[in-house]
Amino acid sequence: MAALTPISRTPVSFYVPVVAAAGAVAGLLVGTAQGSSLLGIGIGALLMAALAFVTTQVARAETPSRWAMVGLLGIAGFVMGGFAAAIIGALFGWFFGWFSFWLYEGRYRAYVAPYLTPGQVLWHYTFRVICGAILVFLITPILVVMPLSFNAEDFFTFTPEMLRFDPAGYSLKHYEDFFTNSDWQNALANSVKIAPMATLLSVSFGTLAAIGLSQPHVPFRRAIMAILISPMIVPLIISAAGMYFFYSRIGLQGTYVGVVLAHAALGIPFVIITVTATLVGFDNSLTRAAANMGAGPVTTFFRVQMPLILPGVISGGLFAFITSFDEVVVVLFVGSAGQKTLPWQMFTGLREQISPTILAVATILVIISIALLTVVEMLRRRSERLRGMSPG
Amino acid sequence: MAADGTTLKSSLNRALRRQKLRALALIAPLLIFVLVTFIAPIADMLFRSVENQIVSETLPRTTAMLKDWDGDSGEIPSPETFEALYKDMFVAKERKLHTRLGSRLNYELTGVSSLFRKSGRKIEDMGEVYQDQFEDLDKFWKDSENWNALMGSADWLAAQNAWDPRSEAIQPAFEPNEQIAGILPETSATFQTFADFVQNEDEKNLAKQDPWALVYSALYNDLSAGADVSGYNGPGSAALKAAMAAVGDFETVDYPASFQEIDKDWHDIDVWQTIQTYSPDFTSGYFLNAVDMKKSPDGAEMRPENEQLYIKLFIRTLFMSLVITGSCILLGYPVGWILANLPARTANLLMILVLLPFWTSLLVRTSAWKVMLQQQGVINDTLVWLGVVADDSRLALINNQTGTIIAMTHILLPFMILPLYSVMKTIPPSYLRAAKSLGATNWTAFWRVYFPQSVPGIGAGSILVFILSIGYYITPELVGGTTGTFISNRIAYHISSSLNWGLAAALGAILLAVVLGLYWAYDRIVGIDNVKLGG
Repeated sequence: MAALTPISRTPVSFYVPVVAAAGAVAGLLVGTAQGSSLLGIGIGALLMAALAFVTTQVARAETPSRWAMVGLLGIAGFVMGGFAAAIIGALFGWFFGWFSFWLYEGRYRAYVAPYLTPGQVLWHYTFRVICGAILVFLITPILVVMPLSFNAEDFFTFTPEMLRFDPAGYSLKHYEDFFTNSDWQNALANSVKIAPMATLLSVSFGTLAAIGLSQPHVPFRRAIMAILISPMIVPLIISAAGMYFFYSRIGLQGTYVGVVLAHAALGIPFVIITVTATLVGFDNSLTRAAANMGAGPVTTFFRVQMPLILPGVISGGLFAFITSFDEVVVVLFVGSAGQKTLPWQMFTGLREQISPTILAVATILVIISIALLTVVEMLRRRSERLRGMSPG
Repeated sequence: MAADGTTLKSSLNRALRRQKLRALALIAPLLIFVLVTFIAPIADMLFRSVENQIVSETLPRTTAMLKDWDGDSGEIPSPETFEALYKDMFVAKERKLHTRLGSRLNYELTGVSSLFRKSGRKIEDMGEVYQDQFEDLDKFWKDSENWNALMGSADWLAAQNAWDPRSEAIQPAFEPNEQIAGILPETSATFQTFADFVQNEDEKNLAKQDPWALVYSALYNDLSAGADVSGYNGPGSAALKAAMAAVGDFETVDYPASFQEIDKDWHDIDVWQTIQTYSPDFTSGYFLNAVDMKKSPDGAEMRPENEQLYIKLFIRTLFMSLVITGSCILLGYPVGWILANLPARTANLLMILVLLPFWTSLLVRTSAWKVMLQQQGVINDTLVWLGVVADDSRLALINNQTGTIIAMTHILLPFMILPLYSVMKTIPPSYLRAAKSLGATNWTAFWRVYFPQSVPGIGAGSILVFILSIGYYITPELVGGTTGTFISNRIAYHISSSLNWGLAAALGAILLAVVLGLYWAYDRIVGIDNVKLGG
């Protein structure tokens, strides 16, 4: 992004107090942890103000000054609390070095409109910090689970060894437990048996129906759509209750077939939605052209239509897969011990004998979902490109 | 006119019809699939919420007798009703259905369950009075073979004797002796019930099974009512005639008194009124129960204060869903705004931070919160390390409402951000600049120009989050403890623990109605076709 506003250096009376205020906040955190908040505020403010003044007015060279601050605060941290504190100190140093020069050089002004008042500039950055905090909130759980899964102890919190970055504090034993424990392996096997079957069912039925729904003249289109989408709308506990009652009447409760059928029903709305969305951009004259050149309906479907809507079908299938793979409420009621899936095992693990192996499983699942997310995103872009909807 | 003589209009119509049929043929397999695997279960659940056949199926004779009984008179039902209850209970006990009925009626009146269980244990003794007397009179009545010879038809008897119990062949189904059925109607009917039970439910050899005590009391009833046995010459006619002569001197059973001996509650009007109130095949009882009311002889009334539970739970579910929706708006709005206003490259990168939790397994996110919010968890540890809270007064963030609200806000936040983002993306930034150049302050420009245009996004996101949150089960179950649970947890409890399926179905039906109402609103505001997945 090009700079919007020409920048100029700011006076000492502006940036030194601001850095001092930020230093006070940092000092408050460190001070409280060490036992005295007031002392922390005072030292933090003074120290940071002095450093900002010295680096900008006395040393003047930006890059060495910033490295010096990283080193200085890193060493200070090491003296106070060892290796982990040294890293925190270095991070503080990096931040304050950057912050001092950012303010001093007036760079904060470069990318905002020139007519904004100082108050508006302040709000602009405050707003970004708030948004950043919310985004951090969104991914914190994932960030916390990953390191904790390497815990050497059976605790759910960071042990002092982990905080000291002591290799003895880390281990792969929870992963080892996951791969050797028969309960977890059975659950994994069940999940792997159930999810692909359910996906296959919902994709094959769903694609056909989506093609039917995209024809120009479909009687009762709205009503049919409402019925097909309903598994996504009805709360899972209600679907689970209904299926439990009904499937036990017809003898499907507690069977592999019952769970597969239930999961297929839950995955269908996702297939319908994604495939109909892809078909919106489908040019029907292509099928007519194919028919014109002598292709039968089956050939037309597999050689012309299918390749074009394939991205939609695959991402619908991935949605259906993840629905089944993640699903726990319905399988809890419709399944029996023989169909215990991975989420079910995690659920009982969380409710009864909470074991850190869950964190290892969670980490593996996060990695799987990152992979799936990447695939879906790539497919979406590809299908938009095919339909000429975006230049990318 | 086309070449073959049909008008253009009719051939167009035909083509259109064929197109419609082809579209329907493509949709049909899935539609049938969804109807069978999903809609039928939901319909079944709705049916179960009013279904009440168990009372009239288990106690058919008693409920028929009770039809004319007036509970307000303050008198216990007639001795005939007690006799009907004896017969019903006897059969139910043999088929092991009496405890099920007991627990069903126990939902309505506490104590009925133990009453039925107790009565089931002792019901046998009541009929043995007649059995003993018949057996004392003649050894003939002791033997099951004799009974079969007396009650069964000749053809069946021959087939049964020829049948080899060890073979794979099916036991020949019992057929009554027509002549005996005419003379001793009640005995024959009771014996048929017995034979049917032994052959089909118990799957035992009828030839080896002694008849129920109930058959003896039926025989006594038939004989004392003056059955005409003189014309009968078949097997066992001598014993039958001897019995006919002797029944006059038999000791009889006083059913009301015998039942009172088993448990004095049988002379309690409440018990009988409950049975009578719940005899119809369909009942609104479960729905009344689901809104803290109960059926009484004078119509529906509120339950006593200390038994009220569900209205509170519904209100709590709605209130917590509102709080969750509110906090999602509060947190989602700024993020939606910044995603819509940043340059595309940066926005796409930040979008990953929103989509990643969206794609992560629900269980993973819930377990993460469970780990973080514990007393010894990461958040409390950090707060203690910072000195914000003392080590001995760690915050209770889990197993209460706070836990549920924090975890569910996090889980549902992407569902708010995505619709907000797609709406905000369509609001041209030049509007805000125009407002400002016309002299509006920042706040006015936002509140009068930008915000009204983003309301559809807020509406769509709110309804989506609200619908999802009122039906949530997993997260409240794991982090909600007792005070942070929703109505769905109660439904699950009634299905798997208390086994009160009717009540679970009624609670589910109410929840379903709320969700469908909201869904209808969503369809009106946003349109179901506009549901987007993953941005």
